[in-house]
Amino acid sequence: MAEVILENLSKSFGHEQAVIDMNMTIDDGSFVVLLGPTGAGKTTTLRLISGLEKLDAGSISIDGRVVDNETPAQRDVAMVFQQYSLYPHLSVRNNLAFPLRSPILQTSKADIERKVSEVAEILQISDKLDNKATELSGGEMQRVSIGRALVRDPAIYLMDEPLSSLDARLRADLRIELKRIQSDLGSTLLYVTHDQIEAMTMATHIGVLQEGRLVQFGTPREIYENPNSIYVASRLGLPRINVLPADLFPGTAGLAHSIGLRPEHIAYGDGVEASVRRVEHLGDQTRLHLDLAGHVITALSPAGDPYQAGSTIKIQPINPLYFDDGGQQTVGRIS
Amino acid sequence: MSYSVTEPSSRQKWVAGTLVVLYALITMVPLLWIMMTSFKTPPDSISYPPKILYQPSLEGYVNLFTTRTRVSPEKLASLPPPANFAEEIVRDRKMVIAGPSKFGGRFLNSVIIGFGSTFLSVFLGTLAAYAFSRFKIPLADDLLFFILSTRMMPPIAVAIPIFLMYRKLGLNDTHLGMILLYTAVNISLAVWLLKGFIDEIPREYEEAALIDGYTRFQAFYKVVLPQAATGIASTAIFCLIFAWNEYAFAVLLTSGTAQTAPPFIPTIIGVGGLDWPAIAAGATLFLLPVMIFTVMLRKHLLRGITFGAVRK
Ligand SMILES: Nc1ncnc2c1ncn2[C@@H]1O[C@H](COP(=O)(O)OP(=O)(O)O)[C@@H](O)[C@H]1O
Ligand SMILES: [Mg+2]
Repeated sequence: MAEVILENLSKSFGHEQAVIDMNMTIDDGSFVVLLGPTGAGKTTTLRLISGLEKLDAGSISIDGRVVDNETPAQRDVAMVFQQYSLYPHLSVRNNLAFPLRSPILQTSKADIERKVSEVAEILQISDKLDNKATELSGGEMQRVSIGRALVRDPAIYLMDEPLSSLDARLRADLRIELKRIQSDLGSTLLYVTHDQIEAMTMATHIGVLQEGRLVQFGTPREIYENPNSIYVASRLGLPRINVLPADLFPGTAGLAHSIGLRPEHIAYGDGVEASVRRVEHLGDQTRLHLDLAGHVITALSPAGDPYQAGSTIKIQPINPLYFDDGGQQTVGRIS
Repeated sequence: MSYSVTEPSSRQKWVAGTLVVLYALITMVPLLWIMMTSFKTPPDSISYPPKILYQPSLEGYVNLFTTRTRVSPEKLASLPPPANFAEEIVRDRKMVIAGPSKFGGRFLNSVIIGFGSTFLSVFLGTLAAYAFSRFKIPLADDLLFFILSTRMMPPIAVAIPIFLMYRKLGLNDTHLGMILLYTAVNISLAVWLLKGFIDEIPREYEEAALIDGYTRFQAFYKVVLPQAATGIASTAIFCLIFAWNEYAFAVLLTSGTAQTAPPFIPTIIGVGGLDWPAIAAGATLFLLPVMIFTVMLRKHLLRGITFGAVRK
């Protein structure tokens, strides 16, 4: 396990700039999640660290060692790919043992046996060890490819949306399991996901990517509570943050160009009148879709207050986020 | 079977099956005729109307593998009794076995040249196809086109330059010369076919192996090759069929040491005319290796033909 430092990484493919001037320090033992929409450069970042892509500019060091000219094998990283990484001609057991048998690791037979069954146990695939890789369901394949990384003890684990093809229940199980493994072993992990629940629950740090740039890096709390732009604010939180013109409310008018309201930033009873357009009962929560002067706001219904479509309701912001006309956060909070 | 919209009905299948089987039978008649002729005696083989039912005989095969001389009846009577079935058959024709024929050697030449050039074509073709598929090669498209262009005219169009070149280089009538020639003809097919197959193998497989501590060559060997097995098998069959059946260059460039079976078989002449059963026996044996090779690889071949269409 080791610290990984990215300094001014840049990479383009033809005219497409996939990663632009990226700086990031992944502390030893931390669980860093990269968040960003498709095309933001998440996969490219992982591929640069693993050595599958050559840097255009910048430098990467792992465990204090500059690895820019090292081969993927020399860098001592393990990677779970977004898709396709099981060898179809090998059994599950041999797929899991494959990294251990590499000329670099040269693990003994007994150790391979032990490691493989240990990891198979964790990932609940012990009964599939003798199947061919092609005889597995999508979820099982994905677990085996996570297993192929977990059998190793590398400087850093790189995982590219490893849980995205699993069903909800398994995803929840593995999320907890992965987090447990990581904190038990003190492993360093760089993890790419679309799923904000994964990001919030597993990460020690979140890096938000926008069109190849790292736009914010911090703890999940920091990113959630103090996003530096509307873009970052929209990455986390369900229902999504509502962005409204600041002058909709008397209390915020003139303080900023626009304000961001998460459901917890909305107080009921006083303030500006909005009409309830739609009520969604999700079981554990009830969402209200409000119309305020033509702007749609998604809010959470306060407990025990059964609002109905068509009724009106008064709302006002409490401690909202302030953004300037470029979408960047500005000071001007009233606390 | 569950009902399915796309599945043909059993009547459609029956009609299609019957047509295919009928067609297969018709195309197999000449083969069958050759095999039947190989087990006839020379008189049966030229009798008219042709005999469908006859007493099978191994005379064709004996004649194929031996040379024989006619002897006088007195000499024949003075010989010790025949030691094996071959001598017995030959003596019935008032002849004795003088020695082995050249067929065994020619057949062996075919095996060496056919399989040798197939191996070389597939070996070089796989490496080249892998490089074209995975690496950034300057002018890759032009090179691929150039490789293909070697097949844009019939190979025999360059027969005279090759004949002269081979004479200068001392490659005339040598195994090496024929292997190189057939490899040169087959390599473009091999590169193009195999590139298609290797393109279909996702790079992530090798990349995973690279990260796991394997070298590029080990990744190629352990990950790409097993998955390209299908393509390699089908390519090998195509290459072998060409090299095995090739006639024109073999006639032109080989006459002795390296002569292959195709130019040799038609030259088998019996005493007093063409020995049809021996020729048919040669043709029958000649068919076997490609048949066996194809049957051995048929599992791969079938997957190869449907490759790309059926993969997940
Ligand atoms: N091998 C490649 N060739 C050309 N463009 C690429 C390649 N890999 C990535 N890109 C481009 O780089 C950008 C970032 O891609 P990627 O890192 O895969 O994003 P993400 O994983 O966040 O979805 C995209 O615009 C993509 O089209
Ligand atoms: Mg990606």
